[in-house]
Amino acid sequence: MSAPCDVVIVGASLAGLRAAEALREGGYAGRLTLVGDEPHAPYDRPPLSKQVLSGWVRPQETFLPRLHPIAGAWRLGVAASGLDTAAQRVDLADGTALDYDRLIIATGTRARPWPVEAEAGLGGMHLLRTLDHAAALTAALEAKPSRVLVVGAGFTGSEVASACRDRGIEVTVVEQGSTPLAAVLGPVVGGHAAILQRRAGVDLRCGVSVTSLFGDVQGRVRGARLSDGNVVEADVVVACLGAVRNTEWLAGSGVQAGPAGVPCDAACRALSADGAPTDDIFVCGDVSHFHHPLAGERRIALEHWGNAINQARVAAANLLRPGSATNATALPAFWSMQFGANFKSVGLPSHGEQVMIVQGALETGRFVAAYGRGGRIVGAIAVNQAQWLPFYEQQILAGAAFPPDWRVVDQPQGATPQPAGFPGATPGAAYAGA
Amino acid sequence: MRILVDLNKCQLYAQCCFLAPDVFKLEGEEVLVYHPAPDETMRERVLRAAAACPVLAIVVEPVGADSSP
Repeated sequence: MSAPCDVVIVGASLAGLRAAEALREGGYAGRLTLVGDEPHAPYDRPPLSKQVLSGWVRPQETFLPRLHPIAGAWRLGVAASGLDTAAQRVDLADGTALDYDRLIIATGTRARPWPVEAEAGLGGMHLLRTLDHAAALTAALEAKPSRVLVVGAGFTGSEVASACRDRGIEVTVVEQGSTPLAAVLGPVVGGHAAILQRRAGVDLRCGVSVTSLFGDVQGRVRGARLSDGNVVEADVVVACLGAVRNTEWLAGSGVQAGPAGVPCDAACRALSADGAPTDDIFVCGDVSHFHHPLAGERRIALEHWGNAINQARVAAANLLRPGSATNATALPAFWSMQFGANFKSVGLPSHGEQVMIVQGALETGRFVAAYGRGGRIVGAIAVNQAQWLPFYEQQILAGAAFPPDWRVVDQPQGATPQPAGFPGATPGAAYAGA
Repeated sequence: MRILVDLNKCQLYAQCCFLAPDVFKLEGEEVLVYHPAPDETMRERVLRAAAACPVLAIVVEPVGADSSP
């Protein structure tokens, strides 16, 4: 195959930007075009649910630092609508098209919309995924609502609730699972998250769902009816229902894609219909669906900031020099800050069959929980114990035994493994809800 | 100026909070929050904070970086 001279990157968020920078840093001197469906330059999403909602940082102050000149063409505010792999052409929603000789797919995810269309259109309904969402929700919080209803207590929902309490706003959180964060961390650590929420004054309702929303004659939301028969009155509702992968534009393209994402190999190459890796199409970030050694046979998707950066580098390296980089060695990692606590994870906690507190104690709010599967440690979460996480990263990489036989400081006496309690024990699905 | 902290790397040594307290703050025992777009007059302090970070978690956009579009 000839050397690349016309690269198109679809997706202009963290993964797309870092892939573009890595291409230039790697010596690529040809044409480079970035396509983004949002009108904004690439921005960082984690601050949106924290510093932006708190009012300290304005939404337009989250643009990502540029680490290397891109010298590219930007097509922002226009989504990709189709792909013709035979003609090597990306169709755009405005009717134009872009030819490529190498393509990077980094279209990420969007917030899962409220499922009932009539209710989704009520005034006071919010999602939180984009800069524009954050601007709208921040303005709504500044208007001092009498109560905010957060539907879904994954990381985004929990961080929204935390920001509301920091502002002194009454907040109700409705979560279908038995605890907050149960899909990602399981009910043991999730139980601690529930204590943090209630201690901060959150009206937390677990094991229930919203059956309908109701509004006033002006079309503004007024509250929700719950599956347990209760009614919650609220003038702002934030739907934190997880993410939907942006793969519809790839339908019929010849590249495998679906609701689980865009499958790729360890070199971040997209797969053609027969399962063979393509040599001109690469995938990185939240939209990718890939094998990780920790997860065995099952493909996983990671909606993680760090994964977007790692895969962007791998995709760019292999685009320029085939076979030069692999994604298989990076361990998943993420963080969340809520209610004054710092949650940091490494590995795949949601893949665990068992969980055990290995340092500290739940009651003190400072602890490390390790997750095991098949006699090996596969993940760990540290709550206000960030400095210990690199040790667990080494244990996971080394395939250390679970329950652990190592000695560490602050080790609880008589701790034993408990069932991890993940519903269905499907790591990919669990992460999709995060 | 534009900055970010790689919070996967950050281990809460909090040196940045002492060197540039208007930009990096500890909320609670281990919650680091930072301003991603500090005023340009903060550059010297932010660069000192970045250099002092034991895990090199602070990324600072260079002066004159191509910030198109």
